[in-house]
Amino acid sequence: MTPRQDSAVPKLRLRGVTKRFGANVVLDGIDLDVAAGESLVVIGGSGSGKSVLLKCILGLLRPDAGSIAIDGEETVGLTGRARDRVNAHIGMLFQGAALFDSLQVWENVAFGLIQGRRARRPEARARAMECLDQVGLHPRVADLVPAELSGGMQKRVGLARAIAARPDVVFFDEPTTGLDPIMADVINDLIVATTKDLGATALSITHDMASATKIGDRIAMLYKGRLIWVGPAKAVFDSGDGYVDQFVHGRADGPITEEAEAEA
Amino acid sequence: MNFLAIVGRVFLAFVQQVGRFAIFTGRSVGHMVRPPFFPRLIARQMVEIGYYSLPVVGLTTFFSGMVLALQTHVGFARFSAEGAVATVVVISITRELGPVLAGLMVAGRIGAAMAAEIGTMRVTEQIDALTTLSTNPFKYLVAPRLIAGVTMLPVLVLVGDIIGVFGGYLIGTTKLGFNPAIYIERTVEFLEVTDVVSGLVKAAVFGFVIALMGCYHGYYSRGGAQGVGAATTNAVVSASILILILNYVVTELFFAQ
Repeated sequence: MTPRQDSAVPKLRLRGVTKRFGANVVLDGIDLDVAAGESLVVIGGSGSGKSVLLKCILGLLRPDAGSIAIDGEETVGLTGRARDRVNAHIGMLFQGAALFDSLQVWENVAFGLIQGRRARRPEARARAMECLDQVGLHPRVADLVPAELSGGMQKRVGLARAIAARPDVVFFDEPTTGLDPIMADVINDLIVATTKDLGATALSITHDMASATKIGDRIAMLYKGRLIWVGPAKAVFDSGDGYVDQFVHGRADGPITEEAEAEA
Repeated sequence: MNFLAIVGRVFLAFVQQVGRFAIFTGRSVGHMVRPPFFPRLIARQMVEIGYYSLPVVGLTTFFSGMVLALQTHVGFARFSAEGAVATVVVISITRELGPVLAGLMVAGRIGAAMAAEIGTMRVTEQIDALTTLSTNPFKYLVAPRLIAGVTMLPVLVLVGDIIGVFGGYLIGTTKLGFNPAIYIERTVEFLEVTDVVSGLVKAAVFGFVIALMGCYHGYYSRGGAQGVGAATTNAVVSASILILILNYVVTELFFAQ
């Protein structure tokens, strides 16, 4: 199945995105469209290029070739205020939450509002409290520092920070990694609820299939720097593709293992 | 791999490092002098560098002043010039020992802390998070540390100079038998403004170098705890070496005939 080609301008549009590190080709001509309001999940094994793809879209890495457009605006090569303007419409939940150790929880949540949008602290705090409530955290958590929180609570704070500026597009990097199954499901529910509430477009990367099928409308599989399958989330377990089948069912035997052994 | 390929690879890696450092320095200085500034962060770094380094700098210069008085007295007695002890102590402290010792102490304390903090932020994706939250890491992390380093090191050195001279005075008057009034008179008599100013200029340069090395090595740290550890070591070693090199350069600029 090939990536969907919409006639309308997609929220996120990637064409021929390529990234190499030395001789290692990590992304090899990625073409992908994500429609407004859609939730797309990119799955793939460790080292398949998922994180690099996300970093290229966020402008943290510059692709060697290709185009990345958000709302039709080319973002590759944007720097300074032009990049900040694009980022103002983006929310991001990092794998380890990436909370700022030296700031209190509410300051973490309100960071983008205070520093990025120059909001006044009382207003920013009010919005932070609202977001903390939205992700199910008690108001007393607001004045703690991240080191005093559990992993699940840190993820919730990270999610609150990602949605605080009411972004149009939210990115999730391995949102359930390191969490127990119950907390992982709680986070999945929160992701679905908050993105729906915002009406935002979501792009997630994960190798947790329970998470992928729960939060994604569509799923794309990245393998050796290429998108080898894109389709509805419901169809991922019956894709008919040997590589996708082996990955989503977590089988030790299959074409992925055979290729790895042949290359070793 | 043939020999030429190895040499070429090493040379290219060196050029890449130099280029990366030059770009980092340029961007850092640009953000250091261009608004907007972060007064809270600058104040926090000033307290960290200035206030919390005071005990270690004070102790170092105090005992150095004492040792200097003792050694000068022993050495100068060989040609009956013991009377110059106060002058030698004050000039040595203000021109050399104050800024260099304070610089090395702060490099160990602050340079390491900066590299560790920024390095940890790098490996835990906090720096990436800053960027996605429309906040420039150079403006938010690097510039406040550079401003605090450049402004607080001279203050620390000034205080260190006074404490060091006092250490010499204490030994001179209690152990070497100098009259307190004469010791103070000799201290002030031959001291020139240039002696103090050159030391303060050195301190500002060292403050810049310490903060720059801490930020640079932290910013480019890789590979988890081991990478942060390596960044910390590199920050202290490179700052210490640069302090000694730049000490010569600034001395040459001020006092070369």
